Amino acid sequence: MKPRSKRLLLLGSAGALLIGAVALVLTAFQQNLVFFHTPSEVAEGKAPQERAFRIGGLVEEGSIMREDDGYTVRFAITDTAHVIPVTYRGSLPAMFQEGKGAVVQGILGEDGLFRATELLAKHDENYMPVEAQFALDQAHKAQQTVQY
Amino acid sequence: MTTDIKDRSGQGKGLFRFSAPPVFYPLAGRLAPWFAGIAGVLTVIGLYIGFFVAPTDFQQGEVYRVIFIHVPAAWMSMFIYLIMAFWAAVGLVMNTRLSFMMTQALAPTGAIFCFLALWTGALWGKPTWGTYWVWDARLTSQLLLLFLYLGFIALTSAIEDSRRADRAGAIIALVGAINVPIIYFSVQWWNTLHQGASVSLTQAPSMATTMLWGMLVMALAAWAYTIAVALWRVRSIILERERHTDWVKAELDVQESRA
Repeated sequence: MKPRSKRLLLLGSAGALLIGAVALVLTAFQQNLVFFHTPSEVAEGKAPQERAFRIGGLVEEGSIMREDDGYTVRFAITDTAHVIPVTYRGSLPAMFQEGKGAVVQGILGEDGLFRATELLAKHDENYMPVEAQFALDQAHKAQQTVQY
Repeated sequence: MTTDIKDRSGQGKGLFRFSAPPVFYPLAGRLAPWFAGIAGVLTVIGLYIGFFVAPTDFQQGEVYRVIFIHVPAAWMSMFIYLIMAFWAAVGLVMNTRLSFMMTQALAPTGAIFCFLALWTGALWGKPTWGTYWVWDARLTSQLLLLFLYLGFIALTSAIEDSRRADRAGAIIALVGAINVPIIYFSVQWWNTLHQGASVSLTQAPSMATTMLWGMLVMALAAWAYTIAVALWRVRSIILERERHTDWVKAELDVQESRA
C-alpha cells in the first residue's frame, strides 16, 4: 500500500468514527436540542414539569383577548391536535398574529394555564408579494361563496 | 536551486501541475480580477433586484429584504468551511503545500460571511421574532461555526512552523466540518425558532420568483467575491512562504522593475 492510500484510509476511518460519535451525542441530547415543545407533547406529559420551558405552535384564530389592565394578553396556542391556553404580560412582537406561529416561554400551572414570561413570533419559510396574498384571499372567499 | 522550478512543475501531471506554487501564482493573478469584476457586476444587479424590483412581503413587509444579504452570506459561510475541509484533507493525503495555503486563504472570508449572517440575522430577528438572539439549534450551531473559523485563524497564526501550523489547522477544519450539516439540517431535525429552508434541492422554492432571483444573483456574487479574494490572498501566502526560493526573488524583481 502506498503511503498516500494509507493516509487516505486513516483519514477516512477517523472521519467515520467522528461522525458516529457526533451522531450518538446528538441523539442522546435530542431532548435538550429542541427549542420548544409542541402542544401535543405537552398534553402527553413529555414537557418538563415545575420548571420553565417553551411551547411553540400556531396562535389559535379568534383566541387573542386583552384583559382590562391593558397589557395582559390571553390566547391559545395549538398544533391543531391540542390547544393550550396562555397568559402573557408585556409587549407583543409586531409579527404576533392569530393563525401565525409563536413560541412562549413560561410555566405550566396545575390548572392547565401556561403563564408565559417571554413571547416570540415564529416566522415561516413562505415569502410572497402582498398582491399574491390578496389574490389568495379573494380566491378563498370566492370558493366559500360557491360552497354556501 | 535554479532548477527548482522546472523540477517541481515537471513532476505534475494534469491538474497536479497547478499544485506547484510557481505555476499557480501567475494563474491566480490572471483569474482574480475577472472574478472581482463578476462579483461587482452581480452585486449591483442583485442589490437592485433586491431593493427596487422585488415586491414587499405579505407578512414581514420590507424587513424581509435582509435575505438578499443574510442567506447568501450564510450559505457561503457553510460552503467555505466545507471547501477548507476539502483542501485540508487533500493536503494531508497528498502532501501538497498549496492545498494548505488555500485553506489559509479561505478562512478570513468564511469568518466574515459567518459574522455577516449572524449580524444581519440578529437585526432581522428583533423586528420579526421580538429578540436579537435565542439559543436555538440553528443560531447556536452557526455561532459555533464562527468560533471554528476564529479558532482556525488563531491556531494557525500562533504556530511559527508553517508545516505544523498547517497540520493543526487541518484538524480543526476537518473535525469542524461535521458542524456544517448540523447547521443546515438543524431546522429539520429539531424544533427551532429559525424557519425552515425556503430554497432547497428537493422541493420547489416557497418564495416569489423575483425574490428568489435577487437572492440567487447575490449568492453568485458571493461566490465570485470569495474566489477573487481567496486567489489574491493565496498569492500573498505563496510569496510569504516561498520567499527563500529563487522564483519568488525573480518574480519580485520583475514586479519592482514594473512599478
